[in-house]
Amino acid sequence: MKRTIFLAAGALAAVGFALLPFFVFFRAELAYDLYFNQKIFYYHVPAAFMMFLSVFICGFASAKFLISRQPRWDDVAAAAGDLVVLFGALVLTSGPIWGKAAWGQYWVWDARLTTSLLLWMIFVAYALLRRFGGPGSERLAAGLALFGTADVPLVYFAVNFWKTQHPTNRVVPNLVGEMRTTFLIGAGAYLCFFLILLAARIALGRSERRLAEVEDLAVEIGRLE
Amino acid sequence: MYHHRRMGFVRAAALVAAKDLRVELRTREVVYTMTFFAALLMVLFSFAFSQGGQVLPEAAGGILWAAVAFSGTLGLARAFEREREGDTMRGLLLSPADRGAIFLGKAAGLCVYMLIVEAVAVPLVAILFGAPVLERPLELAALLILATIGFAVVGSVFAAMLLRTRSRETLLPVILYPIVLPALIAGVKGTAALWQGSRALPQAHFWLLFLLVFDAIFLAVALWAFESLVVE
Repeated sequence: MKRTIFLAAGALAAVGFALLPFFVFFRAELAYDLYFNQKIFYYHVPAAFMMFLSVFICGFASAKFLISRQPRWDDVAAAAGDLVVLFGALVLTSGPIWGKAAWGQYWVWDARLTTSLLLWMIFVAYALLRRFGGPGSERLAAGLALFGTADVPLVYFAVNFWKTQHPTNRVVPNLVGEMRTTFLIGAGAYLCFFLILLAARIALGRSERRLAEVEDLAVEIGRLE
Repeated sequence: MYHHRRMGFVRAAALVAAKDLRVELRTREVVYTMTFFAALLMVLFSFAFSQGGQVLPEAAGGILWAAVAFSGTLGLARAFEREREGDTMRGLLLSPADRGAIFLGKAAGLCVYMLIVEAVAVPLVAILFGAPVLERPLELAALLILATIGFAVVGSVFAAMLLRTRSRETLLPVILYPIVLPALIAGVKGTAALWQGSRALPQAHFWLLFLLVFDAIFLAVALWAFESLVVE
């Protein structure tokens, strides 16, 4: 059953990503001011959605892990933490490409951009900690994720005091016609892709943990040096 | 069941802080090093931000806060390294005192170290960069104290957790700065607003309030999480 869902989500993501360029270039209307440059939107915005989704999942799973101390929640947190870095990298590379066309600059120290960058950096720190923290760093990583998630609204308010020139949240709900269809295909493909990555990464984490457990056991009973 | 008299929360925290301060008073190692490092950083930054022998006035606040943050990390690492060298962290955690109180005591000790450094650093920015530190002394002190509390609280949690980790020297700043960055932003922006004269005062008050919220949130998260985060 799990396998079927996994394969179905994978197939959906593949179809979605194959269809997306066709819709982006031939079906979606040209934006009135940016023309062709606006089209990166269909890749940028879903990636940002997935980034925030995985921040939320990572924070939630970390809190669950600290309360229940069940390693399966740690696997979920580790997987989601990695995905924040991945989708954040997509957001932070596609954004400046658009920014160069729209604002004439790759990067501006704007509220929305700074928030995303700081949030991404918290989770890069999280990934570094998981790689190089050594044994016993799960708890520490969970603490960092918890503090990081608590940081999200603060970072948001701290930099929102500055003026923003980033397009607002009202862009997505107000999409019309083929633009809306194209966006939904993109968001759907990204979501399916996100889910299979998350599931695969959780399974990988679990296998690694079990392997370590079995190795410890083997050393204990003298079958492994 | 044993019924030992539980030490009061505040008393336990005060004892831990007093212990740290007594150790420091005997050696003066951390505060001297931190203060010199802060002064050193200011000189380094003056090269980065000077133009024709003059440092840009907007840069002074940023230099002050960078010096505070960097020297704070130095003190933080050292204060916890002492516990590791003497293997005294285990003793502290095994004592009947509440773990939250131990954590608060360590954070309070660090706060005092940092405030001493700031008491030297603020006159230095005035002398070296001509910053108008006497313009709004109370608000500036409030900004520094609130940001220092936030820094010490978050820092103490991570330093305590990192004690048993292999690469703690490199990991501490890497995980600490992204988390305390909102407090540092508030400090820099608030100081800049203070030094702009009275028309920017509402902004400075906004940042003071922001720091208060930052401290409250992270104090709550730290007290809630410290128990389960630090296990020996």
